[in-house]
Amino acid sequence: MKIIYNILTAFVFMAATTLLAQQTPGDTQSEVLIVNGGTYHLGNGNVINNGHLIFEDGKITAIGEGSTRKAGKMIDGTGKHIYPGFIAPAKSLGLIEVNAVRASDDEDELGEYIPNIRSIIAYNAESKVIESLRPNGVLLGQIAPQGGRISGSSTIVQFDAWNWEDAAIKMDDGIHLHWPGSFRRGRWWIGEPRGYSPNKDYAKQVSEIKNYMLSSKAYTNTAVANEAYKAMQGLFNGDKKLYIYADSEKEIIDAVTTAKEAGVSSVVIIGGYEAHKITGFLKTNNVPVLVQHTHNLPSRADDDYDMPYKLPKLLADAGVLVGLQNADASNFQTRNLPFYAGQVVGQGMDKETALQLITGNTAKILGIDDMYGTLEVGKSATFFVSEGDALDMRTNVLTQAFIDGRAVSLETHQTELWKRYSGKYGQE
Amino acid sequence: MKKFFTLSLLVCSSLLFGQDYFPENGGLKQAETQYTALTNATIYVTPTQRLNNATILFKNGKVVNVGANVSIPNNTVVENVAGKYIYPSFIDMHTNFGVEKPKRASGNGRSPQYDTRREGFYWNDHIMPEQRAMEQFKYSSKKAEGMRAVGFGVVNTHVPDGIARGTSVIVALNDVDGDAHRIIEDDAAQLFSFSKSVTSRQSYPTSLMGAMALLRQFNHDAKWYANGNSETKDRSIEAFNTNKNLPFIFESGSKTNNLRADKIGDAFSKQYIIVGGGDEYENINDIKATQASYIVPINFPEAFDVSNAYLANYISLEDMREWNQAPSNPKILSDNGVAFALTTHELEKPASFSKMLEKAFTYGYDKTKALEALTTTPARLLGKSELIGSLQNGRYANFLVTSGPLFENGTVIHENWVQGRKNVLNDKNQKDIRGDYTMTAAGRTYNLKISGDATSPKSEVKMDTISFPSKFTYADNWMSLSFTDETTKEVYRTTGVIPKDGTSFSGRLLLPNGNDSNFTAVQTNGFSEEEKKDKDANEAPEMMPITYPNVGYGNVTQPKQQTMLFKNATVWTGENAGVLAETDVLVKNGKITKIGENLSVGDATVIDATGKHLTAGVIDEHTHIATLAVNEAGHNSTAEVTIEDVVDYEDVDIYRNLAGGVTSAQILHGSANPIGGRSAIIKMKWGEPAANMIYDNSPKFIKFALGENVKQSNWESYSRFPQTRMGVEQMFVSYFNRAVEYQAAKKTGNYRYDEEMEVIAEILNGERYISCHSYVQSEINMLMKVAERFNFRVNTFTHILEGYKVADKMVEHGVGGSTFSDWWAYKYEVNDAIPYNAAIMAKQGVVTAINSDDAEMSRRLNQEAGKTVKYGGMSEEEAWKMVTINPAKLLHIDNRVGSIKEGKDADLVLWTDHPLSVYAKAEKTIIEGRTYFDLEQDKVKRAAIKQERTKLINMMLTDKGGKGGKKRAPMKKDKVHLHCDSVH
Repeated sequence: MKIIYNILTAFVFMAATTLLAQQTPGDTQSEVLIVNGGTYHLGNGNVINNGHLIFEDGKITAIGEGSTRKAGKMIDGTGKHIYPGFIAPAKSLGLIEVNAVRASDDEDELGEYIPNIRSIIAYNAESKVIESLRPNGVLLGQIAPQGGRISGSSTIVQFDAWNWEDAAIKMDDGIHLHWPGSFRRGRWWIGEPRGYSPNKDYAKQVSEIKNYMLSSKAYTNTAVANEAYKAMQGLFNGDKKLYIYADSEKEIIDAVTTAKEAGVSSVVIIGGYEAHKITGFLKTNNVPVLVQHTHNLPSRADDDYDMPYKLPKLLADAGVLVGLQNADASNFQTRNLPFYAGQVVGQGMDKETALQLITGNTAKILGIDDMYGTLEVGKSATFFVSEGDALDMRTNVLTQAFIDGRAVSLETHQTELWKRYSGKYGQE
Repeated sequence: MKKFFTLSLLVCSSLLFGQDYFPENGGLKQAETQYTALTNATIYVTPTQRLNNATILFKNGKVVNVGANVSIPNNTVVENVAGKYIYPSFIDMHTNFGVEKPKRASGNGRSPQYDTRREGFYWNDHIMPEQRAMEQFKYSSKKAEGMRAVGFGVVNTHVPDGIARGTSVIVALNDVDGDAHRIIEDDAAQLFSFSKSVTSRQSYPTSLMGAMALLRQFNHDAKWYANGNSETKDRSIEAFNTNKNLPFIFESGSKTNNLRADKIGDAFSKQYIIVGGGDEYENINDIKATQASYIVPINFPEAFDVSNAYLANYISLEDMREWNQAPSNPKILSDNGVAFALTTHELEKPASFSKMLEKAFTYGYDKTKALEALTTTPARLLGKSELIGSLQNGRYANFLVTSGPLFENGTVIHENWVQGRKNVLNDKNQKDIRGDYTMTAAGRTYNLKISGDATSPKSEVKMDTISFPSKFTYADNWMSLSFTDETTKEVYRTTGVIPKDGTSFSGRLLLPNGNDSNFTAVQTNGFSEEEKKDKDANEAPEMMPITYPNVGYGNVTQPKQQTMLFKNATVWTGENAGVLAETDVLVKNGKITKIGENLSVGDATVIDATGKHLTAGVIDEHTHIATLAVNEAGHNSTAEVTIEDVVDYEDVDIYRNLAGGVTSAQILHGSANPIGGRSAIIKMKWGEPAANMIYDNSPKFIKFALGENVKQSNWESYSRFPQTRMGVEQMFVSYFNRAVEYQAAKKTGNYRYDEEMEVIAEILNGERYISCHSYVQSEINMLMKVAERFNFRVNTFTHILEGYKVADKMVEHGVGGSTFSDWWAYKYEVNDAIPYNAAIMAKQGVVTAINSDDAEMSRRLNQEAGKTVKYGGMSEEEAWKMVTINPAKLLHIDNRVGSIKEGKDADLVLWTDHPLSVYAKAEKTIIEGRTYFDLEQDKVKRAAIKQERTKLINMMLTDKGGKGGKKRAPMKKDKVHLHCDSVH
């Protein structure tokens, strides 16, 4: 009993420190704000040098070259770079705080087919990891449950909120399906050799998925409620997208074919390590790819050392709609999203095209491009101002960030510790 | 039942060689007096001594005389074997014949077992020199038959379990006489390996380097024990010492483990006989240099089934090459003068031995050498040349009677004699009946063709042009044939005895209606040799070139040291000179010889570096690539292990590191223990053997660790000390106290050599530096205080994520910090990890480096350094030092590398862009004037890989496969990227 008491005390204490460290969400925009001067990276491939941006009531009302005479509170953008907020898809941000602390882990529910499990329910809007993304320009994300075959439903959120309802910008936007591998790691504990070998159950697993989709589709509201099937309905009427995690050529083709045959209206591939081999197929089927992030090792010994670096470029050059995700990385890594995009520039991709990989393209793929992803009139004023090139780590230094026109804090638990100890040593 | 028992006893006693002094109650006692002689044979007394028209005379299982003019006593059973060949039979010196593989100890999960469960033996259960195969051995006639079928007459057998496995037994494969006869040596050799016993769950050693350390310490202890220093009894050590003059056979299992085993032997003046991996062709020069004798398996891999192109994609070039190159191993060993015996070890069944050997011959392996590797060599290695391996007088009558020269196509082994006992494999008197026949049966005439193998031929039955299904058997001079007449759909069965003379045969015909009749078969054509010739024409297969290392991106030839002149580069010196614009750098004899403007040297390769950046090579203070092991997790202190023992020069991550501009790194032990193992500091010399990668006169380092990992906080383990940070401190104090006492005892000369204490004493003496895994400020502070108490300084705190909280104390103590740029939130103790850490420490005066601890991040350390500009506002020059000269200082190699300075090693990187930028690519990575990575060369390598893969896939598609066309399913090795926490 005493132990339990101690644990409880520890929790209360932790909760308290968390609250103290948490930054307060910004207030609703109440006045006209104008950024004057600077370079505007629109997120659609275009740039405006020495321009201006006006936003009111959380929306962009003007953007263009030169300066404006409109009255409003001025933000000096001279010499600075203005970008749309970066978007991080397929993350469990807010569902887990510290990887090794089980009590902080809410990302993976029991069960293989659980589309009715909703990430937004457990989303911790006050996560310290989430606030640490903002100073690097990552302002939006898709929160996805993890594990299983169908892990559940994701929701797209903005990263400056009091609670999960505030945070959601597109509720239950998609369902996440982990496609089986045609090759799998030997289950040595039941006597299979270590290493990877062909998955003998692959065909069976694929047909299981197909049956599940068909059963879901055939579901009509009857006396017996089936929440799982209900959750699947959006896939067939266009309300939800199906995010399929698949990497190799064969799996991608099987996944897309199966989903289309079952009547799924919108499919997105997450991963796509071999997608560059089947770009024609992807274009024909109108399937975009959220490709695995660039700071990865090649999957196979003989692959080009820079395969992960150049993969987004190979896809973009072939005309596939492509964005970047880091689903397989720890959540804290999500603040490196801009640098994943920067890495592709080193492979010869144009900087503005690389920017699209984490802004305009991602918004289109996630279906939030009506409001987010690019700096255009009528869209949400979700953007930031950086001292320099935000895709390079040396110069990604934010001075202001806005979500829906609200000025958001760029302070974090980490900047506070930085200031506290710099102060201790009298460093400036 | 009882009757049967009596009968079998009688049979046995009548066949057994009597043992002189044994009473005989089952019959009349009678000594064996007869001789046996085989005459007119071609006899190979040894693989190189051939006698024509010779006789072998033997009695009581041993050769009495062999030669062209042997006088044959009257009481001799003589058999004329004119035209036949006689060879000494084979010896397999590495089997577990008649010994059951021990069963795995069942465990109850939960916490690991750290201590031994034995009493009166060595402290580690995996050391079992007292184990005697003799005591577990049970002769198996069935297994013996399998071995004899491929030519073996004698085996050396042991218990295949444990690191020290005890002694082996030499057994003749004599089914008839009992163990009193067939056991040639009770304690023939001592066996060793790197694999733990499955019978014990004692945790130590969990790693290869731990197994090596354990063997070294055991050898030290055995010496100490032999000198009478122990007050307690240790049966393991006693057995080891008793048998110390026997041959030591070490089952290493791979080309690099061969070197590891040999190194241990050398340290204790014992030359092991090494059971290799069959992959010695890949590092043959190093193998040769061991001067060891080997026992080599020939389990050549089957071709992969590459018919499915998607799945074939997963197979690495390395694995495809293995299929193509491995059969060359015996030839390459032999050509290089390495002494070795062949073994059936690693083969699923001995039956495949002949086929594998045949494959080796197609790769050019010499047949006489093969015979030596199966006879005289193993006999010599076992110290038993006076008894086995050849057919001189006095040797056991262990020989093969063959139809022609051994190993030639079409030659069959007729008989395998063991200790004078005949075992018929293929009746030598059975006639070769192959040929074309006209067969008459039930009033019809058929064409019968008998072809294939002379001893087990196959049939083809035809009428006109229609083939009928048929089945043919032929043994003991009796044939039987059944066939279905397709015109009548009726089945006919025939049996007949083959007459000694003539070319026809006849016999009984069983008609479809059950009635009897007769058949005759008259030969029209004899066996045509055409077919045989076709088989002989087996051309040597094309072998892919062996690269260094022999994996994708390996080098065909090693890069040469060049004189190079970089023109007009932006040079990041990392010295007071700062960043120099449009500057030339000259490299000669592996060193940076000149930095300046408008340099010119006649014979230099000029590299136009206009618009590019030249820097010193990146140095990673903390990596776990290029190693086969990270943690020895079996004990809480493992100073006795060293990563230098397990450097993996074949890891493709070395090449990928080069592609990221990394030239040097410290491979650290993991963080499982408060006192971890010793480091290896290497240069990324891709293509060189491990020993050449390790720094010459390398500074000595050891890993220490603090916090959650050593407390085992994040997994189920509650039995190991320490479980708290309080315990961690006391553990250090205890070990340092013991090291102080050890040194005092050492001075008196009366002490037990303890490798672990030797290493810890080096720390106290300032000869070995600590790099300590650390996270929170309390523990960082603690270790500095412990060090100060024992009067030394901690060299480096690695990770050190809360270093910013105690930077002032670190400066005072004089310790450096090597940290991540921006990692946090992965465990509880990194809650307060901040990306500003490096900048705060550096500004406070701590020598600060950015490290990776990660195979992916290590190849982008330049970018990680760039992050310190963003987080904490480091100047670009200072940021760059964090991955070059600062880690060099922490590793005490800054006098050789880490900056661009005249006289330093030419470890350089030419970048396409600003080196701290995410946009920069390493264009050339140079170590000591050799170009180990080059973007253009990389393109060539990619093309070559593609081409070679295609070629090998095509070869596999046309390969006939193993038995029944069997091929291996595609596979991909499970490449484990190791981190601090990896238990390996």
